[in-house]
Amino acid sequence: MFKIISAVIGRDLKLAMRRQADIVSALFFFVIVVSLFPLGIGPEPDLLRKLAPGVLWVAALLATMLSLPRLFADDHRDGTLEQLALAPHPLGLVVTGKVIAHWLVSGLPLALIAPVLGIQFDLSADALVVLTFAILLGTPALSGIGAIGAALTLGLRGGGILLSLLVLPLYIPVLIFGAGAVDATVAGLGGEGHLSLLAALTFASLGFAPWASAAALKIALE
Amino acid sequence: MIHWNSFADFIAMGGYGFYVWGSFGLTALIMIVEPIVVVRNRKSTIARLKRQLRAETRNTAE
Amino acid sequence: MKDRFNLYRFASPATFYPLAGTLIPWFVALSVVFGLAGLWLGMLVAPTDFQQGEGYRIIFIHVPASWMSMFIYLIMAGWAAIGLAFNTRLSGMMAQALAPTGALMAFLSLWTGALWGKPMWGAWWVWDARLTSELILLFLYIGYMALTAAIDDAKRADKAGGLLLLVGVVNIPIIYFSVKWWNTLHQGSSVNLTKSSMAETMLWGMLLMAMCFWMYSIAIALMRVRTIMLERERHTDWVKAELLGKAGEGK
Repeated sequence: MFKIISAVIGRDLKLAMRRQADIVSALFFFVIVVSLFPLGIGPEPDLLRKLAPGVLWVAALLATMLSLPRLFADDHRDGTLEQLALAPHPLGLVVTGKVIAHWLVSGLPLALIAPVLGIQFDLSADALVVLTFAILLGTPALSGIGAIGAALTLGLRGGGILLSLLVLPLYIPVLIFGAGAVDATVAGLGGEGHLSLLAALTFASLGFAPWASAAALKIALE
Repeated sequence: MIHWNSFADFIAMGGYGFYVWGSFGLTALIMIVEPIVVVRNRKSTIARLKRQLRAETRNTAE
Repeated sequence: MKDRFNLYRFASPATFYPLAGTLIPWFVALSVVFGLAGLWLGMLVAPTDFQQGEGYRIIFIHVPASWMSMFIYLIMAGWAAIGLAFNTRLSGMMAQALAPTGALMAFLSLWTGALWGKPMWGAWWVWDARLTSELILLFLYIGYMALTAAIDDAKRADKAGGLLLLVGVVNIPIIYFSVKWWNTLHQGSSVNLTKSSMAETMLWGMLLMAMCFWMYSIAIALMRVRTIMLERERHTDWVKAELLGKAGEGK
């Protein structure tokens, strides 16, 4: 089981490394969106500190969305996906591998760069640590739920916009608990409760979403 | 039995007329327009399908 | 065994189409009757609420619309589950026929909620857990309709839409509780929807209006599903007979 997953992760990472520009542009999208907010709102540190968790999280949701249409599209185009669907091992495991690979190239970089952006918003060291941790914990759920949307919209015209229409409402719990963790830390309440709920969401969606995506892929390939 | 003293009272809704009639008005509008749209849609679909069907039967006859 | 047979028989469009046709006028009539009775009781007979004055009368459409928006989503998900499990053609068509009405109900619920909130809470919109969840429900409806509209192949549209509905149903409680929790944490507004003891006439008025909305939704969904059936099954003999029969009537 782990052999299949790790083989898929290795393959997807190798492919992603050939297209580093994609990873970098999603990352810069995140940086730019976050940096635009102070320009729109004004430079008052108090206000920025209050807005930071929400702004960073919403930008993270949007940045993860950017790479989702590609999750299955390339494999679909060259026929790999059909072979994977016909292979004897369950498609859900393959999708699990793809989701983890997607997280490694989209969610993980966001978590690493988020503290730098948090400094722009005058967040305290505590809050920065919680922010990084929250994004680290929450983005796998985003990749998982996003995979369902990517599978449902596979090969459709206007797939990208449709994908965000389907997936963004489902991202709301992650947004609430992710931003809530940072919020609570800023307010001095401690973000542990939020973080554990975020972890629960991530585990639930990593367990459930790959199988739903696999079902959606089979529908799309019929 | 009827709660209102006059028709004007009924329209005024104790000062809440705008809100109450705004709600009921839009609901009534939607419940009238939606069936009209559905029926129209149905008629145009039937007409289109009939045209297609006639075109098909003519083609096979020739 | 016999029941099974009957169910399958009614699940086939060729038998369901005329059945729906005969049922529609009944549901329309029931909807009108319930609606008139509910309006009479709610708008003319029911007394003034001691807290909210006459403004509370919005409840007679707000609550039914909110209920219907939730029920319709659940019913669509039920059809979706049947469709994915038994591969029946009818279920996808029913789900698609219900979706626009469900979305309209969600919209009406938000609209009437805003018009109720302004005089009672002083704001058109507050980020209350229920309002926010209703808004997200509207988004889910729109997502479903956009997905099924984007897929040309009817069979794939049904299945993909069905899967989305099931994912949505799993998510709705999670979304609702997270929004509720978020709301209690922020306490931005002092919204308090405590149930005041309702007069019996008010309760009856509301239930009658809810029945009116139920019957309306069923009627409109059956009307829509009949059109969808003709469109989807246009190459079958029964649709051809249906169309030619109508042509024979000289309409």
